[in-house]
Amino acid sequence: MQKVLHIDPEKCTGCLQCEMACSFENYGVFATAKSRIKVFDFHETGKKVPYTCTQCDEAWCLHACPVEAITMDRLTGAKVVNETICVGCKVCTIACPFGTINYVQETGKVQKCDLCGGEPACVEACPTQAITFIDANWTGLGRMKQWADKLGNQPAAA
Amino acid sequence: MSWAGKILRVDLTAGSVKSEPLNRDWAQTYLGSRGLGSKYLVSEIDPKVDPLSPANKIIWATGPLTGTMASTGGRYTVITKSPLTGAIACSNSGGYWGAELKMAGWDMVIFEGKSAKPVYLYINDDTAELRDAAHLWGQSVWQTEAMLKTSLQDPLVRVSSIGKAGENGVLYAAVINDLHRAAGRSGVGTVMGSKNLKAIAVRGTKGVGNIRDPKAFMKVTYEKKKILHDNAVTGQGLPAFGTQVLMNVINEMGALPTRNHRDVQFESAKDISAEAMATPRKSDGKAQLVTNQACFGCTIACGRISKIDASHFTVSNKPQYWGATGGLEYEAAWALGAANGVKDLETLQYATMLCNEEGIDPISFGATLGAVMELYEMGVLSKEQIGIAAPFGSAEALAFLVEETVNSRGFGKEIGQGSKRLTAKYGYPDLSMTSKGQEFPAYDGRAIQGIGLAYATSNRGGCHLRGYTVASEVLGIPIKTDPLEHEGKPELVKAFQDATAAFDSSGLCVFTTFAWGLADLAPQLQAACGEQFTTEELEKIGERIWNMEREFNNAAGFTKADDSLPKRLLTEPAKTGPAKGKVNMLAEMLPKYYAARGWDTEGRPTAETRARLSL
Repeated sequence: MQKVLHIDPEKCTGCLQCEMACSFENYGVFATAKSRIKVFDFHETGKKVPYTCTQCDEAWCLHACPVEAITMDRLTGAKVVNETICVGCKVCTIACPFGTINYVQETGKVQKCDLCGGEPACVEACPTQAITFIDANWTGLGRMKQWADKLGNQPAAA
Repeated sequence: MSWAGKILRVDLTAGSVKSEPLNRDWAQTYLGSRGLGSKYLVSEIDPKVDPLSPANKIIWATGPLTGTMASTGGRYTVITKSPLTGAIACSNSGGYWGAELKMAGWDMVIFEGKSAKPVYLYINDDTAELRDAAHLWGQSVWQTEAMLKTSLQDPLVRVSSIGKAGENGVLYAAVINDLHRAAGRSGVGTVMGSKNLKAIAVRGTKGVGNIRDPKAFMKVTYEKKKILHDNAVTGQGLPAFGTQVLMNVINEMGALPTRNHRDVQFESAKDISAEAMATPRKSDGKAQLVTNQACFGCTIACGRISKIDASHFTVSNKPQYWGATGGLEYEAAWALGAANGVKDLETLQYATMLCNEEGIDPISFGATLGAVMELYEMGVLSKEQIGIAAPFGSAEALAFLVEETVNSRGFGKEIGQGSKRLTAKYGYPDLSMTSKGQEFPAYDGRAIQGIGLAYATSNRGGCHLRGYTVASEVLGIPIKTDPLEHEGKPELVKAFQDATAAFDSSGLCVFTTFAWGLADLAPQLQAACGEQFTTEELEKIGERIWNMEREFNNAAGFTKADDSLPKRLLTEPAKTGPAKGKVNMLAEMLPKYYAARGWDTEGRPTAETRARLSL
């Protein structure tokens, strides 16, 4: 079963534990500036939205790469940057419609979410389950259940 | 380990900045943030210095756990000598700014001298420079943050700044970061303004990486987060209701100071409570509370994000206030509400927004307004003097006077001097509900005996956060004590004061102590910093910090006579509720407190105590 990151902005408090977990996993430091998942704070509405790569099936970044530095991890489905091959040309950053692959000046390579090899650190760190790692085929299950609840949990008609 | 190892020293007179290595010996004995910053302050300034003179210094300090994954690791402290009290000032804030400073590679920033013209400090990782702030002077906190993000072309920069109140000498001006998080008390923003320092903008990309044992640190911080999650207060009460969860509880105990402490119960408490914030309004069908929000790294998330009713008289022609922003927490709701007998929740939200926008402490402001309303009802102050009729309960007076105060206009200039100076000026100093010149927060010392002693002995003047015995006396954390009983409270107050000093110095939030003790903090510090930070060592560090602050105050001229409460709490019995007929028993408690502290009968640490704490 392939799993995907599932994000529920309604549950996000803006604590940035996910960003710290991501930077710690990949660089061994707590540095929100190095995180591959970013939480956006929409101050006027009070909403906080975590955002990262959704691992597109037909990945624009993968197809755009001239040196084939981006490949699919067959186990997790993650599109992974091979840093030894990446030449830092940044074409993938132009190709990605969502902005979730970015250049890193310090390394001269690009970085993106690789699902931590199947155990995403951000998921473990999130205190409110705003970020979960679930069956790729059933990301709608929770919402379906919410609506089904209207039928399933109501008192029987008299 | 876990400290950045570097401090930034800014000479505002010379306009220069330089990097210095952190004093590692002091970090071992005073930890960080409150303790370590205070150690630098007391070592570098004359205790008798005029707080608003260039000879005073002001320090922004993080702790060893600031900027880490330890829950609530986003705190910083602003330390200086207070212009409101003349005592040591030490105000703690959350939000994201403290972690950003640490991630830029700095443990603290020390400002000395005074700039000839308005400046702001821009820190971008290792580089730091003073820049002209002429265009920012006269702007609010909110405008300053927006203008800096635009001019620096960096939406991710974090800003700690003052509004007009700090520029204009309101004696309880706050330092505000991230729009609505405040280093709120004792006028730290006033000192910032006196130095012509408008803001500190920080961008940190380096991160915090020198954790002593990263694997052990991750394991123990996850274990401790689970404790916060499973605890009824930190896992349910605070995220759902915020600190406002207390309003009805404290009112029922008869411990909610009302109308300048004339009463101990507010008949309209439920109208300004957490429950009221979550109830849909008649006007627009929406609740004032929009959502909760966490500070950096916090897994509790007690912060309130609220939206005012756009049709309310305070904002109906001011669309800039219609969006979501920081909402009412308990202290502000009390100070702006019950302390003045005002029950209109929307006016309270308006007032709390202005406090954040221009940077003032809502506790000192609200409590001072309570004294003004009492003087008005006594006929001492007139409508003409104040600019509006100001009886207790007037939402119109609250809205008008918060505007006058944050903008230092009219009678607002007098309110901006705090209740001690204002009541003294009009001949009624006993009506100032303060200790050491700082206004009391939202608990009555007649109904909660220990908190009265904590107010009287707080090193920064009237304050609940220096020894929150309410946890024990009301909530039963860590053990339940009888709030009406004064026996045993001196020892309880000391234990809370010392433990709090240690927590405040770690870089974590004191709200974790609803679920954690020092035994939960110790292993996190041990994994991050060193094996020596055992529970016992942290108790000693906390006590050392307390005594250091006390000795600064003693050298500044404070005496036993300043460990006091207003006559009202000592001689006017509570009129209603469970504490009816009670006064605070300070005279009984104080000598025992001195003895428990190892101080002489005048409140000075003895030679033995100084030696025991290596002072």
